[in-house]
Amino acid sequence: MYRYDEFDAQFVRERVGQFRTQVARRLDGSITEDEFKPLRLKNGVYLQLHAYMLRIAIPYGTLSSRQLRQLALIAEKFDRSYGHFTTRTNMQFNWPKLRDVPEILDLLADVEMHCIQTSGNCIRNVTADHFAGIAADEIEDPRPTAELLRQWSSLHPEFSYLPRKFKIAVTGSARDRAVVRAHDIGLRIVRDPKTREIGYEVMVGGGLGRTPMIAKTIRSFLPRADLLAYLEAVMRVYNLEGRRDNKYKARVKILVHELGAEEFSRLVEAEFARLDGPSVNADPAEVARIAAYFADPAYDTLPARSTAFEAAKAENRAFAHWTSTNLFPHRVPGYTALTVSLKPIGEAPGDITADQMRAVADLAERYSFDELRVTHAQNVVLPYVRKDDLFAVWEGLVAAGLATANVGLITDIIACPGLDYCALATARSIPIAQAIAHRFADEKKQAEIGELNIKISGCINACGHHHVGHIGILGLEKSGQESYQITLGGDATETAAIGKLLGPGLAAEDVPDAIERIVGVYLAQRDSGETFIEAVRRLGLDPFKIALQEKTHAVA
Amino acid sequence: MPLLDREGLREDVWVPAAIDATSGTHVLVAWEQLGPALAERRNDGKIGVAVPNTIKIDELRPFFEAIALISITFPGFGDGRGFSLAKLLREAGYKGVLRASGPLIADQFSYALFCGFDEISLPEANAARQPIAQWLAARKLITNTYQRGYGSGNILDQRRAARLRSPA
Repeated sequence: MYRYDEFDAQFVRERVGQFRTQVARRLDGSITEDEFKPLRLKNGVYLQLHAYMLRIAIPYGTLSSRQLRQLALIAEKFDRSYGHFTTRTNMQFNWPKLRDVPEILDLLADVEMHCIQTSGNCIRNVTADHFAGIAADEIEDPRPTAELLRQWSSLHPEFSYLPRKFKIAVTGSARDRAVVRAHDIGLRIVRDPKTREIGYEVMVGGGLGRTPMIAKTIRSFLPRADLLAYLEAVMRVYNLEGRRDNKYKARVKILVHELGAEEFSRLVEAEFARLDGPSVNADPAEVARIAAYFADPAYDTLPARSTAFEAAKAENRAFAHWTSTNLFPHRVPGYTALTVSLKPIGEAPGDITADQMRAVADLAERYSFDELRVTHAQNVVLPYVRKDDLFAVWEGLVAAGLATANVGLITDIIACPGLDYCALATARSIPIAQAIAHRFADEKKQAEIGELNIKISGCINACGHHHVGHIGILGLEKSGQESYQITLGGDATETAAIGKLLGPGLAAEDVPDAIERIVGVYLAQRDSGETFIEAVRRLGLDPFKIALQEKTHAVA
Repeated sequence: MPLLDREGLREDVWVPAAIDATSGTHVLVAWEQLGPALAERRNDGKIGVAVPNTIKIDELRPFFEAIALISITFPGFGDGRGFSLAKLLREAGYKGVLRASGPLIADQFSYALFCGFDEISLPEANAARQPIAQWLAARKLITNTYQRGYGSGNILDQRRAARLRSPA
């Protein structure tokens, strides 16, 4: 993984020092609360319902064991001994004191981490496919591109006071595991069909929130060398033309929608043609310097089939079941990637205790070349595990309470913090996730249902990605009561789609019943081998609407 | 309104036309008044223009030689359009003085300079709250940044220079 050179290290240290002066200038009255707010947000410090919240960047979701141990230390020393992984692969601490933040930033800088641009109206932490470098269908590892963009976007002189936040995601595969079409800019690494040259498909104007939009492709092939110049053109058009009269219409998706993708693309291409690309772009040697950090680890040559693994599966049913749900095929024979589910039944999705962080860090150090990934689904991946070692890893996970076998299943629920923590929330998310997980706790039932993504947001800002959940749940407040709207048919992959509303909002206690009815329709009407989302596409909404109306009473 | 550049506080020689349109040597006019002001100016008089941050650079381009100062209005410090406008003006070849005018904060000083501004004109109240020393200090807090094309000393070019000095 990437390691800081002297410039990166100095930059992050100086950024910590800068934040210290900003806090001091707020305290002595040099800057007002309004002036301080974007400064603290651009350093990940939120004021939440009960306390400050600190959001730590985990660029493209990649962590070393040492970094995760440092997060464990921070959790114990400055928080309540746990942290929360977000849908943008960041880690949030919910209970730090403002006065401790500079010290936490120093501890992060010690392990090459920071909180730069995890909030505010700027380019946010860049995310990527969590199976980068592993997936067999990958054209190129997206992490070098994401790291180049992390650097380019940090304290950008021109693009730090944008109309609104700006999120970029990168994938290197045709299969989209990074939800790129729900980002302000989605980049997909592609190969030119004729020249075989590597480049990017550039998608702009995706986003969830109160006006969900799927990003439009404005460039089907951008040569690799032109990336920074082209993105600068996109950002300049957005910075100058994006709406600033209404915060809810300020995202680039609204500009793309109002101008039309063609006109937006024309403006970008005109700016790209005008600007001096060679003075902006990174030279190929710099791109190669970054890429070298992401070279393959020292894999052993192994047979594709592991007899130890097969024997362990035959002997231990719980282990066998876990391997049926939590593994992802590795392109190197004898290895596998595995997902550590942070969705044990009845717990808050994405939460991890300091002890669990250390346990996972130890396992990664011993069995996965010292590296971990955080997924947008709020789980953790050990990317490079020998199949021979799987049983030992699983035993370690069992001991840490982290061996839940549910990845991709109905209880692997994405949920935002909701009204339990968040100042923006209009309803609770976590208790809804917990209630649904309890209802479907039976492993046999989960296996029978198969792949099904439930995503829950506690307000219209959609941090829980409910728009792209196969089943989406949006918590609102209607006349003083929580009311949950259910959408169906959302899709976060390369066939991205926004879910459609099934009916009026439901009371919190009726949500698990409603989900059970929806699942019941699927189980009764599915064709052989048909997944939930495929069945929804074939059947349409009507049978699900009818099932929902049969009993549940609406709140509003 | 206090005026500062990269060296510190300085005297503002520009007189708004609304105060004195005829006698000064440096007259600052609103964008709508630029045509008449250029037609009426004295031989030795310099004209500057205050523009909104929504102006298109093609509207300004015909005047690049005739005007000595462009003052871009920042309606609020959170409105970053002026940064892009300044960058575009410099890249279009405007060589005169570029001024950012509005309630900016010290943390934006280096951004403004990197984007091509020469000076910042601050409302009295803002300058009173944020002493000039803070502006000069804020500018030096980050030694190197990553973006190419925004002033010298960026990290990418320094890495490149190091590579050329000692080829791997």
